[in-house]
Amino acid sequence: MTDQSRPVAHSLPVRVTHWVNAFAVMMMILSGWGIYNASPLFGFEIPHQITIGGPLQGSIAWHFAMMWLLAANLLVYLVYGLVSGHLRRRLLPIRPAEIARDIGLALRSRLAHVPGRYNAVQRLSYVGVLLLIVAEMVTGLAMWKPVQLRELTVGLGGFEVVRIEHFAAMAGIVGFIGLHLVLVAKVPATLRPMISGRAAEEQG
Amino acid sequence: MARKRFAEVSLADHKTALARLPRRMLIRGGLSVGALALLTGCEMPGHMTSHDTVIDRMLWAMSRWNDRVQAALFNPQRMAEVFPDSAITTPFRFNSEYDVSKLPPVDDQAYRLELAGLVAGQRRWSLAELRAMPAIAQTTRTVCIEGWSVIGKWGGVPFRDFLERAGADTRARYVFCRCADGYTTSLDMATALHPQTLLALTFRDQPLQFESGYPLKLRVPTKLGYKNAKLITSIEITNAYPGGVWEDRGYNWFSGL
Repeated sequence: MTDQSRPVAHSLPVRVTHWVNAFAVMMMILSGWGIYNASPLFGFEIPHQITIGGPLQGSIAWHFAMMWLLAANLLVYLVYGLVSGHLRRRLLPIRPAEIARDIGLALRSRLAHVPGRYNAVQRLSYVGVLLLIVAEMVTGLAMWKPVQLRELTVGLGGFEVVRIEHFAAMAGIVGFIGLHLVLVAKVPATLRPMISGRAAEEQG
Repeated sequence: MARKRFAEVSLADHKTALARLPRRMLIRGGLSVGALALLTGCEMPGHMTSHDTVIDRMLWAMSRWNDRVQAALFNPQRMAEVFPDSAITTPFRFNSEYDVSKLPPVDDQAYRLELAGLVAGQRRWSLAELRAMPAIAQTTRTVCIEGWSVIGKWGGVPFRDFLERAGADTRARYVFCRCADGYTTSLDMATALHPQTLLALTFRDQPLQFESGYPLKLRVPTKLGYKNAKLITSIEITNAYPGGVWEDRGYNWFSGL
C-alpha cells in the first residue's frame, strides 16, 4: 500500500493541537514547579534542574506566557472537535462496563489497538486529562484574580484551598502523561499516526 | 513613640545586590533584566539590551500584554474580601529581607512624606497631619507572589482621600513610591483610587512597627504583596512609566488580584 492509501488515523488539526498542547502543558508544569518552589505547599521541593525559568520571575513569566498558548490551543481543539464531530465520535461514549472490560483486556495484554479508534480506557483518560486541563485553567484564574473573580475563588474553597486544587490537578496531569508515555512505549505503532496522520503499513 | 529605624541605601549596596543578579534569568535562565538597566537608571518596561534573546523579548512582550489584560479586567467597584478580625493570621508574616539593625533610627517628629510630580502645590506631610485625617481599618488578605498569603488588619487614610486633598492630578497614569530602604514600586491610578487602597498608619489597631512598614505603608488589597510599599518617604504622581525594584527585574508590573 502507498502512504496515501492508508486510512487517516488522526486529522491534521488533531495532530497539530496535540503537539502544541504537549509543549504548552510541559512548559506550564515545569514553570509551575519553579513557582511552587518559591513557597512549597507541601514538605518537599521540586529539583530545580527540572524547573523552567530560573529565579521566580522567570518561572512566572513563562507560566503567564504559556497559559495563553495552552488556552488558545485548547479553544481551537474544542471548536474543531465540536464542529467536525471528532469529540462525539472519538471521545464518546464513556461507559463504565466498557471501561471495566477494556481494563481487564489491557491487564491481560489482549486489548487490540486500532489506529484512529480509541478504546474505552483511552476515551476515559483523554476526556479526563482535558477536564484536568480545564480545572487547571479555572483554579489558575481563581488564584490569579481572587478579587476580580472573587466568587470563583470563594466558591472553590478560598485562596489557600485553590492552591492545593491547582497542585492536585497538575499531579493528575503528570500521572496521565506517565501512563500515556508508558502505553506509547508499549504500542509504539501509535506514535507515527500522531505525527504523519497515517498508521504504519502493518497496522493499516 | 519610640524612635524607629530607617535608612538610605547607598549605591554601593545596590551594586552588591546587582552583581548577584544573573544577567539572564530566563533561558538558563531568564528574562534578561539587564543589571545594566538598573545601574544606569534606565527603567523602561521591557528594557532590553543587545544581548536579549528572542525568548527574552517574547516573555517581556507577554508580560506587557498581561498588564493590559489585567488593567482591562480591573473593576474599580470590585472589593477584595473583608474578613473578621478572628481570621487575622498570627503570627503575621512580614516580609523583610533586610537586617533591621542596619538601619539608623528615624525621628517621628522629623519625618515628612514628600508628594511630588503632578500635584498642585507640592508639599511635605508630617505624621501628625496624616494621623489627623479620617481613617478606616480593614482586615484583608495579602497574597505574596511566592504563593503564600496572610490576613491582616490595616488602618489608615483612604489613599484616594489623601490624593484629592493633596491636590494630586488623579488623571495621571502612575503613582510611584520611594521607600526609606531604597525599595520602589508603582501603581496604576485606577488602583490607587480604589476605595480599599489605604495609606496605612496602623496594623491591628496599633501604630505601624518597622516590620509592618513604619511609618507609612501603602496597603493595596487588590494587588500582590510587593506592590504594597513599606517605609514610604516619597510618592510621585507621573505619566512616565516608573517601574520599580521588582518590576525592573522581570516581575509583572500590574500584578493585580
